[in-house]
Amino acid sequence: MSHEHHDCCAHHAHHHEMVIDALQVRYRNNLALDGVSFATSCGNRVALVGPNGAGKSTLLKAIAGLVPRSAGKILWRGTAVKRWSREFAYLPQREEVDWSFPITVRGLVEMGRYPQTGMFGRFSDKDDAAVESALAALDLLDLQRRQIRELSGGQQQRAFLARALAQEAHVLLLDEPFTGLDRNASRQLSDLLERLAHEGRLVVASHHDLASAPRLFDEALLLKTRPIGFGVAAEVLSAGNLDRAFGHISDVEDRAAPQPVTSDL
Amino acid sequence: MSELFSNPFYQRALAAALMIGFANGFFSGFVVLRRNALSVSALSHTMLPGIAFGILLTGALTQGSAFVGALFAALMVGLGSVAIARGNRVAQGTALAVIYTSAFAAGVAILPRLDTRQELEHWLFGDIMAVGDSDLKIAFWIGAFTLVSANLLMRPLLLTLFEPNVAAAQGVPVRFMHYLQFTLLVLSLVSSLQAVGCVLSVGMLIAPAATISLLTDRTSALFWGGGTLGAVGAVGGVLLAAWLRLAPGPVIVILLGIFFLLAWLFSPKYGVFAMRRS
Repeated sequence: MSHEHHDCCAHHAHHHEMVIDALQVRYRNNLALDGVSFATSCGNRVALVGPNGAGKSTLLKAIAGLVPRSAGKILWRGTAVKRWSREFAYLPQREEVDWSFPITVRGLVEMGRYPQTGMFGRFSDKDDAAVESALAALDLLDLQRRQIRELSGGQQQRAFLARALAQEAHVLLLDEPFTGLDRNASRQLSDLLERLAHEGRLVVASHHDLASAPRLFDEALLLKTRPIGFGVAAEVLSAGNLDRAFGHISDVEDRAAPQPVTSDL
Repeated sequence: MSELFSNPFYQRALAAALMIGFANGFFSGFVVLRRNALSVSALSHTMLPGIAFGILLTGALTQGSAFVGALFAALMVGLGSVAIARGNRVAQGTALAVIYTSAFAAGVAILPRLDTRQELEHWLFGDIMAVGDSDLKIAFWIGAFTLVSANLLMRPLLLTLFEPNVAAAQGVPVRFMHYLQFTLLVLSLVSSLQAVGCVLSVGMLIAPAATISLLTDRTSALFWGGGTLGAVGAVGGVLLAAWLRLAPGPVIVILLGIFFLLAWLFSPKYGVFAMRRS
């Protein structure tokens, strides 16, 4: 996606603010999220951090409009988002995708144009151009005929990002994008997210690796059903806050023990 | 062989095989992508009590009453299994299996008591040689409706199948798409009743695209290829049945099964032998 297509705002970020206000999500009788509020703007990468079951994925899905919110509101560029916004794109967790679905990379990216074409609309030259430039921006032109299972983990992430770009989304909501990537792919994705944010998009991602969060993200929301802290990533992920979110090392099961962020990252 | 083609029964059977084979083969793409082959099987079995119900209600057996009855029964079984599974104790597949076998049994029990000349066997396995002109017309219109609506709405349908949640967030009317697929499925089942009956119709609604899915990664190929293969299998089945002096319905489904087996073994990319080599 080229810069001129994108009217989002690396230069005057204050116009493009996202405000989450007292968001609450209930599943039957379970409170999945409560009183989540924070504000951020285009050009940022925001990490959602917290223990298993803290509601990171739920928060992403609530912002994307995939799960209904029971209270609270979301403001994007000053107006309330009703159920969903076409300027938001959601990228699912790897396990949630049916990788054997017979679809090529290009087909996947073309799916991103649905908000523009609508139910009956034909694919116009403009749509083709958007798909083409999204593929080019993520270096997928050579892979566009591949079935989505035939990609590496990093390429799969890029394919879904390309779909978001084709949709002309300004807010990218990513569920655990770094999970399962090797070092190289992880670094590439991190460069890519930095570039996308720099071009004026807002990147919000759940992230479970505490050690790398301050390096990969600008801001962080520490979450355990309720928000524990929000701000510059390195500051939010302080020892005291982490203790409040994860508890003392006691009840930690399958993830790395929470460690205070050290400066050499 | 040539005197066979001048036989009007035979001509109608071939025309029906071509149309039903193509339309159902095309639709099988949705069944395969949705991974709900087993619930299609359940649905097809519920057609029997549905038809019995339709005859009871209208007193006569027409494609119309068969459709209404089949739709009614399919809805009852589908919704019933969802309602039972809501209790968390019984899985939906389990509930579906219990209800559809019971409903099927009820149909088998009632049908001989009804005042129709058709045999039970006719409904179970169909009789493509007995296709009339009006049946052909109905098969044509159902096929045309399936193809036109599926093609017009292909993109939202695929989005719904791939990621229903994401599709909803993109503005796709997901619920409408589900209902549309369900309606098209029941229509396809009704149209294939005459040719292969309610038990074997499952084969025509699953096997073609299942075979093609082993041979391609392109979604459009799955549908058009499935349609072509379905038509080839149905027409080939009718011809082969005449040659072997067997009933056409079963031969069609056996032929489609053989195609699937061959693709599973020899597909250049996903076949058993290809996998072993790599």
